[in-house]
Amino acid sequence: MSRPQSQAEYLARLVPPSVAGINRRSLLAGAAGTGALLGTGLLAGCGDDSGSASDSKNVSVGSNQSDPKPKDVIAKVMDGFKTSSGVEPAINTVDHNTYQENINNYLQGKPDDVFMWFAGYRMRFFAAKGLAGDISDVWGKLSGFSDAFKKASTGDDGKQYFVPSSYYPWAMFYRKSVWQQYGYQVPTTLDQLTALSTQMKKDGLTPIAFADKDGWPAMGTFDILNLRINGYQFHIDLMAGKEAWTSDKVKKVFDTWAGLLPLHQPDSLGRTWQEAAQSLQQKKSGMYMLGLFVGQQFSNEEQSDLDFFTFPEIDPSIGAKALDAPIDGYMMARKPKNKANAEKLLEYVGGKAAADITVKNDPATLVANTGADVSGYTALQKKAAELVGSATEVAQFLDRDTRPDFASTVIIPALQQFIKNPKDIGGLTSSIENQKKSIFTD
Amino acid sequence: MSDLPLIQADRAVPPPASTTSTGGRRRRLRLLSRTDRVVITLMVLVPLLLVTGLVWLPAAATVLLSGTNWDGIGPINEIEFVGVRNYSDVVNIYPPFVPAIQHNLLWLAALFVVATPFGMFLAVLLDKELRGGRFYQTALYLPVVLSLALIGFVWQLLYSRDQGLINAVFGSSIDWYGDSSVNIWAVLIASGWRHVGYIMLLYLAGLKGVDPSLREAAAVDGASESRTFFRVVFPVLRPINIIVLVVTVIESLRAFDLVWVVNKGRNGLELISALVTQNVVGEASRIGFGSALATIMLIVSLVFITIYLATVMRENRE
Repeated sequence: MSRPQSQAEYLARLVPPSVAGINRRSLLAGAAGTGALLGTGLLAGCGDDSGSASDSKNVSVGSNQSDPKPKDVIAKVMDGFKTSSGVEPAINTVDHNTYQENINNYLQGKPDDVFMWFAGYRMRFFAAKGLAGDISDVWGKLSGFSDAFKKASTGDDGKQYFVPSSYYPWAMFYRKSVWQQYGYQVPTTLDQLTALSTQMKKDGLTPIAFADKDGWPAMGTFDILNLRINGYQFHIDLMAGKEAWTSDKVKKVFDTWAGLLPLHQPDSLGRTWQEAAQSLQQKKSGMYMLGLFVGQQFSNEEQSDLDFFTFPEIDPSIGAKALDAPIDGYMMARKPKNKANAEKLLEYVGGKAAADITVKNDPATLVANTGADVSGYTALQKKAAELVGSATEVAQFLDRDTRPDFASTVIIPALQQFIKNPKDIGGLTSSIENQKKSIFTD
Repeated sequence: MSDLPLIQADRAVPPPASTTSTGGRRRRLRLLSRTDRVVITLMVLVPLLLVTGLVWLPAAATVLLSGTNWDGIGPINEIEFVGVRNYSDVVNIYPPFVPAIQHNLLWLAALFVVATPFGMFLAVLLDKELRGGRFYQTALYLPVVLSLALIGFVWQLLYSRDQGLINAVFGSSIDWYGDSSVNIWAVLIASGWRHVGYIMLLYLAGLKGVDPSLREAAAVDGASESRTFFRVVFPVLRPINIIVLVVTVIESLRAFDLVWVVNKGRNGLELISALVTQNVVGEASRIGFGSALATIMLIVSLVFITIYLATVMRENRE
């Protein structure tokens, strides 16, 4: 699963996708990386053991922010922590993909005291497996988080295992200049969206840009349709394996999507999200359902021309107040070498000071703490923060809300199959259900 | 091999641990000094350990794990055995499996029927010492030097639907990498592009080694060019042919890089190797399920290995 998690990673992906995806090499690096991860843990361990007196002054952090820009931001946040607490944080940065692919081995080996990860099932999974430390005490000292963020940080047992730091919402993005030129209005119902799309087709635009070569972007479309048609709780239950994929509710999601597919950019399975975003940037497409990071395909001058609206309502009884807004943050190892310092660090990264540093240095992220000084936000960032703030429920995105093995080995091929052949919904959903039953056994 | 003493000594050497070597009680033993024995022991032991530890044990572990539903987390003694469930799941409810088998076979057929003969043809042409031969040779061999990941990128520049060269030149809008009815062929062309150069080089080396007097004799007998090649030169190239055959089979079985670079082996580019990786590597960690796929691949490979070994052994006997 390779959704960009940071600005620098989006930038790194401006390199033609097939080069960015030299995955065999990253696989090999991954194999070596396991060793490296364990190695860094061991080294950190050695450092800590070298003098028990210095123990109280150290804490190690596992970071997946390997690209220059976010790496720099993390370094600044950690400097801030050092200044405020006097504890020396040692940052072990690992290449983002390697980090993610080796998270199992990493957490079972000698992980750093504090490590970066994502909210949602991905977090709850490791918490339930006993591979993460309970940080409910830290949450007692934190302020500035909405209930939605607290919910997203809570494990199956009701304890907190995660401190949110940043997030980005998914919405329908468009260019103001294009919409002004044709006099388009923001649609608030599915019918209006369809009517608008039909008009765009007449005006020679591709209504909705679309790409799914990498497998994950279509999950965003499925998620939002499911949230609008069946609501947040159904999304969570479906992802947890509690609801049947063969149910009429899921079939209705696919049916609605099948109706919208002709309005999407054709041949999406050979296109990367960057290429789809460029069709929006080049004013060939009218809108694009994607995360806030879509802005990375726009030049600085064009940033102010970028706007978005939340996906319109489909069922009035459900409304349009839920959305995907994946949260990134920090967790604690199950047995940190220095628990007191790890908790101190978590309290700091969840606090206002760390959020302020991030706002100042990283224009591509929304910070999770509402107490932060966000006067430095661009208009787009402000609007995105408002959108998430007004959301009744915040989902984490399909592959963060369900088992990773289910998302990557079953859902990705299934959604691609659907895009290829939207007619056989019955066969598709029963195939997903059969595989789900085999995977969700424990 | 005419090193008779070595062979005899080899048989005669007692287990190294038990010797405190005083020079040898029998005459034949003296052929090997203590150093020799240590070296031989090491030469046998080290590779044996490496092969056992890095090949046989992992292979056996894979077969064992294929009977479990392990997710890579937790102690080994808590692994739960599920019998042949993974295999029945692979065959019955895993949609990418059948296409993957088909694509692997297609890969083998395409390399074997098209790319390999074409490489041979180019080698024969280049062997004619035509003008600029060096240039063609270099041009055709260039792709072999590149890694497949880079080849994927090079062809992406041609194949991209919106920004690729082919669609730009011909004004078409074919989704070369995304349309599952064409992408396997697009990838096979990219893969064949590299394979042809490789085969060409192997044959070129073989052709340079063919005794010119054979051709002269054929020419004196009035054989045509193609007749000379098929009746005289080709049979002489038998050792090269075997190598090429093996290389082709290996290349098609280990095909992975290109499809992984293109779209991680999904949507029309399924290969067994890609499915194994999707399941085992990364966060997914369906180690049991992935191991079942790997075991199936092992069995398929064994078929070819057996055929190859049988051929080689028969040859040695002759």
